[in-house]
Amino acid sequence: MNQESDVLLEVRDLKKHYVLSKRTVFGRREMLRAVDGISFSLRRGETLGLVGESGCGKTTTGKCIVRLIEPTSGQISLEGEDVVGASPDRIREIRKQMQIIFQDPYSSLNPRMTVGQIVGEPFAIHGICAGKERRQRVEALIDRVGLTRDSYTRFPHEFSGGQRQRVGIARALALNPKLVVCDEPVSALDVSIQAQVLNLMVQLQKESGLTYLFISHGLSAVKHISRRVGVMYLGKLVELGETEALFSSPLHPYTEALMSAIPRPDPDIVRERVLLEGDATDSNHPPSGCPFHARCRYRMAVCENEEPAWRDLGGGHFAACHLR
Amino acid sequence: MMYADDGAQPMAPLLEIENLRVTFDGEDGEVTAVNGVTLSVGQGETVALVGESGCGKSMTALSVLRLVPAPLGAIRGGSVRFAGEELLMKTVEQMQEIRGRDIAMIFQEPMTSLNPVFTCGDQIMEAITRHRVVSKREAREQAVEMLRLVGIPMPERRLYEYPHQLSGGMRQRVMIGMALCCAPKLLIADEPTTALDVTIQAQILDLLRTLKRKIGMAILLITHDLGIVAEVAERVVIMYAGEVVEEAPVRSLFKKPAHPYTRGLLGSVPKLDRKEEELKTIPGNVPSLKSMPSGCRFHPRCPNARSLCAKAAPALLEIGEGQRVACWLYGLPSDREGVETL
Repeated sequence: MNQESDVLLEVRDLKKHYVLSKRTVFGRREMLRAVDGISFSLRRGETLGLVGESGCGKTTTGKCIVRLIEPTSGQISLEGEDVVGASPDRIREIRKQMQIIFQDPYSSLNPRMTVGQIVGEPFAIHGICAGKERRQRVEALIDRVGLTRDSYTRFPHEFSGGQRQRVGIARALALNPKLVVCDEPVSALDVSIQAQVLNLMVQLQKESGLTYLFISHGLSAVKHISRRVGVMYLGKLVELGETEALFSSPLHPYTEALMSAIPRPDPDIVRERVLLEGDATDSNHPPSGCPFHARCRYRMAVCENEEPAWRDLGGGHFAACHLR
Repeated sequence: MMYADDGAQPMAPLLEIENLRVTFDGEDGEVTAVNGVTLSVGQGETVALVGESGCGKSMTALSVLRLVPAPLGAIRGGSVRFAGEELLMKTVEQMQEIRGRDIAMIFQEPMTSLNPVFTCGDQIMEAITRHRVVSKREAREQAVEMLRLVGIPMPERRLYEYPHQLSGGMRQRVMIGMALCCAPKLLIADEPTTALDVTIQAQILDLLRTLKRKIGMAILLITHDLGIVAEVAERVVIMYAGEVVEEAPVRSLFKKPAHPYTRGLLGSVPKLDRKEEELKTIPGNVPSLKSMPSGCRFHPRCPNARSLCAKAAPALLEIGEGQRVACWLYGLPSDREGVETL
């Protein structure tokens, strides 16, 4: 436990706003608040799941952390070192410690490179090893993710989706990172292949003490792999807590509705479904007050005017809701 | 009316697909995407057609409407009967009458299946006027009624909006409204909620269930999500590599799955109500159409495979009430006919 309470990544009030070209009648530029002030931390060796529906800002959050997108404001620190303000030279060094796995294993691998070149590229970029040594290390990585050695000279198109995702994982692990941001790593895969990749990720985490930020809209995969889960809605975190607590007794009405909407593979389950009305408002026209109030079945007068504070409601279970 | 209405032949299935074969011309010769599929959908019944990508479930559905993409793809054999009539023998004009009026289809991606340059109202009214003799005003009134039925707020205004002005969930509602405006006997829904968020998916599934009760139509639902199957289907057909491997009423399928592939599929879904250390997996990958394994197509990935499985393909065998499975575990060739080739 002691070792685990050690914080690896700290995110404070992260914001990413995009300026839309269109001006309003008052001459103000419209802003798309993709991520609007979220804070969380990741402990060493844990998996934090980040869930939410399309457009809620979860992917933007992941990309800001590895600085593939420049955040508008906020602090990100990896092992106490500032990521947001790091110089280009410094960020290269920091990126050895954090890698990303993308959703689409088709577009995230260069079709003109062999698997050996793809997995070996991090070594080339960082000038770590070359020649025979590089080949050996790449082959070891290919082994670790469960691909055959002859994959080395083959091209991405010769592989299935699940195998390609293994290539993406091998590339992410090449530099022995501490943190891996996994952006929907299994969403594009078939059910039986999803299970293979999830098992691989758990096994790799056990072997090398990896820390995962697991971003997904697939709630059952997130529940399976995560120790803690954060729920995002319209650019904001609305709830974050231990996986068991969050799934069994959600504190935020949005989490509650999200949980009840998951279709369960058991025809005998009879449950009360919280059917949400409408859909998420555009994040360029965020409602005043609580971002969820328009769809919330418990809404009160205060919800429309005042944004609820992000509070610890006990045992590290955070939520932003006036009800609590 | 092309078929006898209610009650005339209550036991006859609405849709009967028998031994359907669909092939595609590939670079390296012909491949078989659908290999002898047999399934049926009763009046007012919801049947789920389940399988992983490339298993031929969408091609089976497209064959019913004779929409297999030509010239590369072609229906090579079998029969598709709808209300007792052979659809594979119909002329192009006859099929156009049937599509939309008797059998309607909704697709996965509502953005690409709606025409972006026409308003939602135009598109629904086109579907109405195509099959019925009505005035423009009547058609508009029916379109508004349809939009209201599928739960679109302010339908009079939405009628004049273009697809891009609507959210994904609303677009799928428009698609459903358009599909249902001629009160079809059968709705084919190909992954209708896959592109949608989970809370919107719940709304659409709820809508489909309600409409089914109101209109009394049958649904052939194509999906890869076993959760959706458990929630809406009455009967399930599982496909693997172009063939039906199991067919069962929904409860039997989830309570006592028979085919090793079905069991593997159920095992690989992470459970929400209990914690598992490791997910069960199906080893290996789905075979490519170009190099199908001999015998049972699942045998290279099957935990129960034996030498026989690589040599001969098992036929569907009834093992319980309404449950049929194609697997040698449930009866050896000596107990069966038609395997002298061994």
